[in-house]
Amino acid sequence: MDNPLRDPRDRRIPRVAEPSVLVMFGVTGDLAQKKLLPAIYDLANRGLLPPGFSLVGFARRDWNDQDFANLTYDAVRAHARTKFREEVWQQVREGIRFCPGSFSDDDAFDHLADTVLQLDSERGTGGNRAFYLSIPPGQFPIVVKQLQRSGLSDETASPGWRRVVIEKPFGHDLASARELNDLLGSVFPPYSVFRIDHYLGKETVQNLLALRFANTLFEPIWNRGYVDHVQITMSEDIGIGSRAGYYDGIGAARDVIQNHLLQLLALTAMEEPVSFSSDALRAEKRKALSAVQIPDDLTEGTARGQYTAGWQGGIPVCGFFEEEAIPPDSVTETYAAIRLSVDTRRWAGVPFYLRTGKRLATRMTEIAVIFQRAPHLPFLATDARELGENALVIRVQPDEGITLRFGSKVPGSAMEVRDVNMDFAYGESFTESSPEAYERLLLDVLIGDPPLFPGHEEVEMSWQILDPIEEFWAHAGRPDPYPAGSAGPASADALMARDGRSWRRL
Amino acid sequence: MRTELTDTTASAVRSALARASQQMGGLTTSVVLNLVVMTDENDQYDAMKAASQAGREHPCQIIGVIARKRTGQRRLDAEVAVGDNAPGRMVLLRTFGELIDHVDSVVTPLLVPDTPVVIWWPGKSPEAPAADALGRLGQRRITDSACSEVPGQRLLELAAGYRPGDTDLAWARTTTWRSLLAATLDRPVGSIIEATVAAEADNPSADLIAAWLAGRLGVSVSTEVSEGPGVTEVSFLTDSGKVVLSRADGRNATLSKPGEPDRFVALHRRDIAELLAEELRRLDPDEVYGETLATLAGSREG
Repeated sequence: MDNPLRDPRDRRIPRVAEPSVLVMFGVTGDLAQKKLLPAIYDLANRGLLPPGFSLVGFARRDWNDQDFANLTYDAVRAHARTKFREEVWQQVREGIRFCPGSFSDDDAFDHLADTVLQLDSERGTGGNRAFYLSIPPGQFPIVVKQLQRSGLSDETASPGWRRVVIEKPFGHDLASARELNDLLGSVFPPYSVFRIDHYLGKETVQNLLALRFANTLFEPIWNRGYVDHVQITMSEDIGIGSRAGYYDGIGAARDVIQNHLLQLLALTAMEEPVSFSSDALRAEKRKALSAVQIPDDLTEGTARGQYTAGWQGGIPVCGFFEEEAIPPDSVTETYAAIRLSVDTRRWAGVPFYLRTGKRLATRMTEIAVIFQRAPHLPFLATDARELGENALVIRVQPDEGITLRFGSKVPGSAMEVRDVNMDFAYGESFTESSPEAYERLLLDVLIGDPPLFPGHEEVEMSWQILDPIEEFWAHAGRPDPYPAGSAGPASADALMARDGRSWRRL
Repeated sequence: MRTELTDTTASAVRSALARASQQMGGLTTSVVLNLVVMTDENDQYDAMKAASQAGREHPCQIIGVIARKRTGQRRLDAEVAVGDNAPGRMVLLRTFGELIDHVDSVVTPLLVPDTPVVIWWPGKSPEAPAADALGRLGQRRITDSACSEVPGQRLLELAAGYRPGDTDLAWARTTTWRSLLAATLDRPVGSIIEATVAAEADNPSADLIAAWLAGRLGVSVSTEVSEGPGVTEVSFLTDSGKVVLSRADGRNATLSKPGEPDRFVALHRRDIAELLAEELRRLDPDEVYGETLATLAGSREG
């Protein structure tokens, strides 16, 4: 029966998750403390978590509930976005439990199963469980098997839903991605697997859909008739730091391009979905990804690099090979750039340039749609010398927003045209930060709303795009060096120069 | 940057605004709406502060209007602030003499063109907001019935004068309650026979919750007077027992359902800035509010 108090016109009443238990593996990790635990508090503070919501931590620590609550409290005080309120904390605190144990310990998982069952009766969580695997992928198999063995994942055993949440990396190539998917699929049905790509939870990325499909202004020019090329950039100013052990052998392309950048490409290039349901949205993303082609000549169409010692933001920093635990013969790239094409009627002949790197000049992520120059300029050549190409830039981070670049007359008696920028930012520097991506994504998991999560087909298609490039790189010698704090290796600039284009300055 | 203008005109205020924006480095703040605050000298500080806090979520141009003495010389004084911790731009107008009755002629030229206008009366508001000269400018008109002397009566006036786009902060105060109540009924609780709302005396939010429940559930809803603060309890009598959401201290609530453990939930009373930010989140008519007012008026008549 429908809930008589719900009315689609009543937009003030938010979507609130059902009473449920979130079981978190890897609670002592960085992500849990900086993002996940604070996000849970922020959701509670915004009234989006139901009474009875419970959080169970599982880790190899000799802790009790109170110890885990203390850890959560510290994480919330240090990193929560919204104001701290004692009563909200109490609401969260009441539902906090901890189960100590290692992943190989059957007893620990049986204890976990008991704890969760007990919460069902103590707090009325109705059998609804989400399992958040914030752990290295190597440990997925054992945890998933334990969930199955202990009956925790069994949807037929008691009422309520079971969901599993995993973070990237979703494998390191097509074969391992399929293996991971088979593993999860052996225990959870596909609709219960939520793959988190936190970029997709960002306001601006969702705003890209609004920009494209709610306006009449942009869609008519969103094609090869007007667009010259698209640049999708994610540059980081940090080095690999403490992730050295994970990073070596993975590299920038697997770490960033395979998931974030190809998802952004899919959202930029896709056709209009018939609705914003997850099926419709994923169908369009799949179509876009299936039309992606890699360059025929990978020597000319890709570039990669490794940072060397240099100055980053006024601080001398070490090079990739000076980072801890990086072998001197490592060919892992810390910078990757790729030219892709999307072979559809809309995009034929329009290159999509993807680049990402560590230890670059600044931290920023953006999608830049660069338009063709006007076919004819009725000005003297000298008048419009400073006029570049029109550009629409979706700034994903930091300062999320949209920039439109176009030519404008310089005030004065002469006709002189130069580029100007028009910025739109809903969340200005003065204004409150928009909800963290993790808040939105956690809530979507608990509500069971998957449009913002990539499906396994998209993950596999992305590997299909990347695998031949990785294969080529594996036999193409060493990446080119670039100094820390620069904009990347010279080979990346050469890649653009060959096409008569240049990268947007970082 | 802050500028004061005495005995001035709307066009002088406009140029002061433009000058201030330019001197702040051509600050191009994205303004998504105009917020006009109709206040008085006593409340202006709190009201403008709440407005600028809400402006952190919704970048806006805030125009505060204070009506001073109706007798004496006609005069307009203005304060203009750009930047300075103000989100976007802020103007505070003081009107004297017969100008008090023609404030719209000053406000209109100051509005950012083709951008939604919201009028907010933090205290006393016109009997029918949509019929007011300034109210007509707004696509959204926000009143606060809790500020009137007889809130129950005030809601009936608002019901009689209701036009799409009207809204009331007493209604915004019910959101957290309504959202929890809706979540409670997401899972079956048995069929509801009647409902009760308890609150301190003269609480318009309680009347609105009661009318909303009556309208949605089609059962009789009674109201009780309690010690407060605010709304203290909403309960449903169902064929399988009683569902109670109670909050005695204005912060912590308990939810009890038959056959389920009692659950604790934070349900704090929100401040004006938070309520206003909620109001500004949507600028289309709140039909559910309109229907709730109609139900309320209907029940009082019958």
